[in-house]
Amino acid sequence: MASNCEVEPGAAPESALVTTDSYENFQQMSSSLEEIKNSNFTSSTQDEFLDNCNNIDSDLHVNCSTVSVSSQDEDYIRDEEWLGKSKHIFVLSSAGKPIYSRYGNEDRFASYFGIMQALVSFVQADDDSIRSMHAGDTKFVFLFREPLILVAVSKTEECTSQLTAQLNYVFNQIASMLTLSRLVKIYEQRRNYDLRRLLTGVERLIDHLLDFSEQEPAFTLGAVQCLPLTSSVRDAISSAIVQSCSKIKNLVFGILLANNQLITLVRMKKYCIHPHDLHLIFNLVQASESLKTAEIWTPLCLPRFDASGFLYGHVSYLAEDCQACLLLLTVERDAFFSLSEAKQRIVERLRRGNCLEAINESLNTKEETCVDIGFPELRHYLYKCKSTAQFHQPSMGAPYTINCKRLLDLYRRAHYRLHCPTRPLKLLFERTSEDALLAWDTRGFELYAILEPLTDTGNAIATVGRLLNWIKKREDKLFQLNAPTF
Amino acid sequence: MENVLSGKVVILGDQGVGKTSLILRYLEKEFDRHISPTIGASYFSCSVAIKNVIVKLQVWDTAGQERFKAMTPMFYRNANIAFLAFDITRPETFQNIQNWVTELNGNIHTHVIMIIIGNKSDLSNDRKVPREEAIRYSNGIGATYYECSSLKNLGVDRIFESAAIKLLKHLDPYFNNYIDCENSIDAPSCSLSATDVGNVVVLGRSKDNIAHGTTVSNKCC
Ligand SMILES: Nc1nc2c(ncn2[C@@H]2O[C@H](COP(=O)(O)OP(=O)(O)OP(=O)(O)O)[C@@H](O)[C@H]2O)c(=O)[nH]1
Ligand SMILES: [Mg+2]
Repeated sequence: MASNCEVEPGAAPESALVTTDSYENFQQMSSSLEEIKNSNFTSSTQDEFLDNCNNIDSDLHVNCSTVSVSSQDEDYIRDEEWLGKSKHIFVLSSAGKPIYSRYGNEDRFASYFGIMQALVSFVQADDDSIRSMHAGDTKFVFLFREPLILVAVSKTEECTSQLTAQLNYVFNQIASMLTLSRLVKIYEQRRNYDLRRLLTGVERLIDHLLDFSEQEPAFTLGAVQCLPLTSSVRDAISSAIVQSCSKIKNLVFGILLANNQLITLVRMKKYCIHPHDLHLIFNLVQASESLKTAEIWTPLCLPRFDASGFLYGHVSYLAEDCQACLLLLTVERDAFFSLSEAKQRIVERLRRGNCLEAINESLNTKEETCVDIGFPELRHYLYKCKSTAQFHQPSMGAPYTINCKRLLDLYRRAHYRLHCPTRPLKLLFERTSEDALLAWDTRGFELYAILEPLTDTGNAIATVGRLLNWIKKREDKLFQLNAPTF
Repeated sequence: MENVLSGKVVILGDQGVGKTSLILRYLEKEFDRHISPTIGASYFSCSVAIKNVIVKLQVWDTAGQERFKAMTPMFYRNANIAFLAFDITRPETFQNIQNWVTELNGNIHTHVIMIIIGNKSDLSNDRKVPREEAIRYSNGIGATYYECSSLKNLGVDRIFESAAIKLLKHLDPYFNNYIDCENSIDAPSCSLSATDVGNVVVLGRSKDNIAHGTTVSNKCC
């Protein structure tokens, strides 16, 4: 087994993604925008937007009355369906004002928000913080991130740290729409502000993010999956982007993705993107059908990159006949037309180089299952390369095509066992009547393999060894091994 | 050789009034009930043929969601034409048009052609904004009023044609001398369109806005 440790498929000396540790400190933020702006002498227009945002109170525009509190005040406490939900997520302001509820209209149970707020502030008064409470099979997990309080009420098997991670994603989703600076400023100006006014439409994104993070192993792993492409095609795509943008200043990231998989990521020298930020981008693209009809220009804050300000994004699909989404992110708020032209040049180059066809072909090829690739005893696996924060998984085979929730639960539990702060395991092998699981954490990778229930330890280890070699042989195709820059 | 003129259009109005539906109806001849809210702003370009002139319109369809409000000046700053859209079943969206007009007047110092659009005319049973009130308001500020239904495809093309004609007249003071087709376009639908109060405009030929000699196919995008 030790020998295979050195195989490390997908490892690369340089990565475009920030490499992650699980359950790392989510709150750690960097301030890359200032750096970029200072080093490139951008015009100061960028801040105008934030300044404009600041005087929300003096806005001329009357907010359309969105929520009307119903007088019949349905009591959710007696609503079986509502109570039966396996995981509730709530967001409130530190003054206890409702902001978001995953299920039901948050105005209908404003009093519960009051209780949650009281709990958090009561404990806080002692200079302490409440993290979780357990009552029977229900966990209450709290996250206080100035100026918001986030609460999960869960009957799922997820552990506290996994629920906290999910709450952090929700917070970052909100921050990515407003920036953290603006969020803080709003509540400094008015403690009782109703944030929902600024978050219309964002609740859809949060709903989507929660479902998405429960279905995608990418969130558990803190990694992204690449669309399989031969390295020559992927390199041609990257260089088409680099060449088409060569005259454009202050472009920070160029991201091409399709079907929740990364095709390529081009970055400004010295800067990397955090997988959590990339997950928010994937979520935005997936949840917004409207992107397909036009080129859009939007401010977007990547909280892990810089929570204090916006990047501006030119977002468009490549072509009618190629449904890959291209995002060009810059610090210049007036760069739409130059990026729009750059996009045209990128598409022309890709078309000439037959790259659009290659992307389509990969999108249309059904990924192989483990059986297809000659591992009959293996049902499914996740392989994460730590040095590049990328992962690979095969297509779902039986029996998980029907019950993929079970598969994800298995992975989540195994992931926790490898990363639990008190007693992290390096190697885990477990067998039940339904399946066997081998999870392995090394310096270079994490591997989670689900096997037939009768597989013994020896066979499991042998299989995993063969699997690593198999992935290694295909690493060019399955991972982006370089980190191109503009 | 055809004449080609170009102009910039910004579509403003509250979330959900149907701004994106309107442009998609015009350009794609489609209507999608489950359209998602616009993020930031979407850019479209289209051409409208008015007799022997092609008018190219660059359209910014802005997001009505409050949090994007701060970025709208970026889109209306250079606009020649503003479409101010509301939903005839939601009076507050009509009220908000007045805020937009104030904002435009305060921030744009060149002439902007304003077209006020009452959308969702198919929902006339739920109408909350009387047509007369909208016409009176529009006339009062020197704007033109149209009603349309993107769902039923009623009155949509007329809005874009009228915008193109107004732009032509504004950019080319002699336009009226050799062509006068606005009436012919408005005539069949005069029950819906308000009378055009001849705006007092400073007419002048703006060189950068006029390009000659490019052939463009009819209404292509
Ligand atoms: N009945 C009816 N519904 C319409 C009409 N036009 C749009 N809608 C509906 O109104 C809703 C909002 O339409 P959008 O076009 O997204 O509105 P918008 O103004 O672009 O909204 P934002 O992008 O959020 O600012 C959608 O559900 C449309 O189906 C119409 O003419 N009649
Ligand atoms: Mg829209």
